[in-house]
Amino acid sequence: MHIKNQQDFWSGLMFIALGVGFALFSTSYDMGTPARMGPGYFPFWLGVVLALLGGVVTINSLRGKEGEDHHVGKFDFDILALIIGSIVVFGVMLDNLGLYISLVILVIFSSLASHEFSLKIAIGNAIFLVIFTWLAFVRGLGLIFPLWPVPIAEWPTYAMIIIPVSIIIGVIILISKLKGSK
Amino acid sequence: MMELFEHLSLGFSVAFTLENLSYAFLGCLLGTLIGVLPGIGPVPTIAMLLPLTYVLPPTAGLIMLAGIYYGSQYGGSTTAILVALPGETSAVVTVLDGHQMAKNGRAGAALSIAALGSFFAGCFATILLAAFAPPLAEVAFKFGPAEYFSLMCLGLIGAVVLASGSLPKAVCMIILGLLLGMVGTDVNSGVARFDFGIPELQDGIDFAVVAMGVFGLAEIMNNLAQKENRVDITDKLGSLYPNKQEFKEAAPAVLRGTMLGSALGILPGGGAVLSSFASYTLEKKISKNPERFGKGHPAGLAGPESANNAAAQTSFIPLLTLGIPGNAVMALMVGAMTIHNIQPGPQVMSSHPELFWGLIVSMWIGNLMLVVLNLPLVGLWVKLLKVPYRVLFPAILLFCTIGVYSLNYNAFDIYVMGIFGIIGYIWTKLKCEGAPLLLGLVLGPMMEENFRRALLLSRGDFLTFVERPLSLTLLLMALGLIILVASPSIRKKREETFVEEE
Repeated sequence: MHIKNQQDFWSGLMFIALGVGFALFSTSYDMGTPARMGPGYFPFWLGVVLALLGGVVTINSLRGKEGEDHHVGKFDFDILALIIGSIVVFGVMLDNLGLYISLVILVIFSSLASHEFSLKIAIGNAIFLVIFTWLAFVRGLGLIFPLWPVPIAEWPTYAMIIIPVSIIIGVIILISKLKGSK
Repeated sequence: MMELFEHLSLGFSVAFTLENLSYAFLGCLLGTLIGVLPGIGPVPTIAMLLPLTYVLPPTAGLIMLAGIYYGSQYGGSTTAILVALPGETSAVVTVLDGHQMAKNGRAGAALSIAALGSFFAGCFATILLAAFAPPLAEVAFKFGPAEYFSLMCLGLIGAVVLASGSLPKAVCMIILGLLLGMVGTDVNSGVARFDFGIPELQDGIDFAVVAMGVFGLAEIMNNLAQKENRVDITDKLGSLYPNKQEFKEAAPAVLRGTMLGSALGILPGGGAVLSSFASYTLEKKISKNPERFGKGHPAGLAGPESANNAAAQTSFIPLLTLGIPGNAVMALMVGAMTIHNIQPGPQVMSSHPELFWGLIVSMWIGNLMLVVLNLPLVGLWVKLLKVPYRVLFPAILLFCTIGVYSLNYNAFDIYVMGIFGIIGYIWTKLKCEGAPLLLGLVLGPMMEENFRRALLLSRGDFLTFVERPLSLTLLLMALGLIILVASPSIRKKREETFVEEE
């Protein structure tokens, strides 16, 4: 047996897993009868159908021609971690450090994901975006954000851990990037 | 006929208030502004700007949203012509001849042709929409739950058959979307499903969060991975006015494109992509000198551009009359309507006539604004295109995050977006498309509701779906579509089309 289409093979497996997962999870809800369906009925059968179709996709991936473009592309874990990380950390910071500080940190840290990082441009960009956000979102649309930092004593425990740790990690990456570019 | 005028005059009275005019303008401007950025198509643009419209009253919000949609599509054509970077699949065809014209020093003329062609198509399709929506809505009133369920099946199947790569995978993505739509409190029993004990999940997963994660974040990460692609931007615009010959060649193409696009746009599955491809093929086939296509033939630009705009307009017909979104953009529209407590469907026309007709008239106004606004501002868009990506993407990230946060003023939505960003990134590597998922997610609760009601009415008899003639017809049409796609000759043709795209 040889996998001809890597992309389809793994997507098929993913669909099977998700289908089975949803179906099993649905059984914990009341199924009911077709005439009086419980909350578990529709998702259960959708899960079953998904798993079956996933099986079709997997089996199909074993047949056919082998192509160069059917390989699963390389994952860029650096980019993934930096982008998702800076967003999640922004979420944590927003309620505790306020919009302006979190925004600057989000912009600078996410800029690190670019191949052409420049600290000057990132800082300039952050300043511009602070002014823009203030004008457009805070003044213009009147969205209600926590704007300024809350005293550290009032932070929830998870924020006390996540915020300093992530800032330290960010600064380390920043310094290594700056050294590398020289 | 008289009725049509009455309706339109009601629409004009709504759309021509200073407030609504300015929201339409703002929508067009913002839509173009973001749509012009390379690699951002209408779906991420709308998803990003969607939360901003939630604070507005319903009519103004939808008018602005429609403006954003046209603006982003228009901006996408500008990018396609000037930098050959299509933001969405339907703009791929625009690149073929549009960018060639720009290279030949006729960039200004190409932009004008695209704008005027789109405007003409928009006007025509708006009238079509106004004329055909009421009778279609009449039909929709005859629909019971069984018909609705079958109609949604047809819509979902149509959407993947016409506009995606691998069919089984697309169907899987739809079902996955339907399942994600199940997350949250079940309306019938009040049981919270798939919530993992997290209170925020009991309200369900917001489709805007999923859209931004899967389209916005995943897109950014993929763009970042392909080092910096240097692109050549055409700065020399040349005259904005098409010369006589270009005009003569473009005008009939606009007309044909408009007709073709209007017809295909009504089909479930939103014909925007299909219609631009079809129009290009048609123009090339009937042209006396097909060898000039791909080298900057005005007809090769004018036809598809008008077709795609007409289709964009008429794709509102199934949404506004039947409540069924034909493509990912319309799915976002449904979501926006539900947030404003408007259930999309035939009853919108009778229960919210001012919203319905106001929206239709403002579509026309939006198209006019785009022409007036964009041709003089072309210079500005060109400057915007030169902003390097490393400056751009942190700003996009920020706007996505702020947008998501402002949905519920809860950081939880930001985390969910992050999770969908990771999932979306994996999906792009596996070539699983996000658009069908989004359609499923929006339709999920509606579909379950109608499925349950249909079976309740038939006392649990599944044959109800095939015994009712209207429902049977719809299901047979869906089946027909599947057979059509599975048949070898069409399959080959389809593959060719999608290969060309890449």
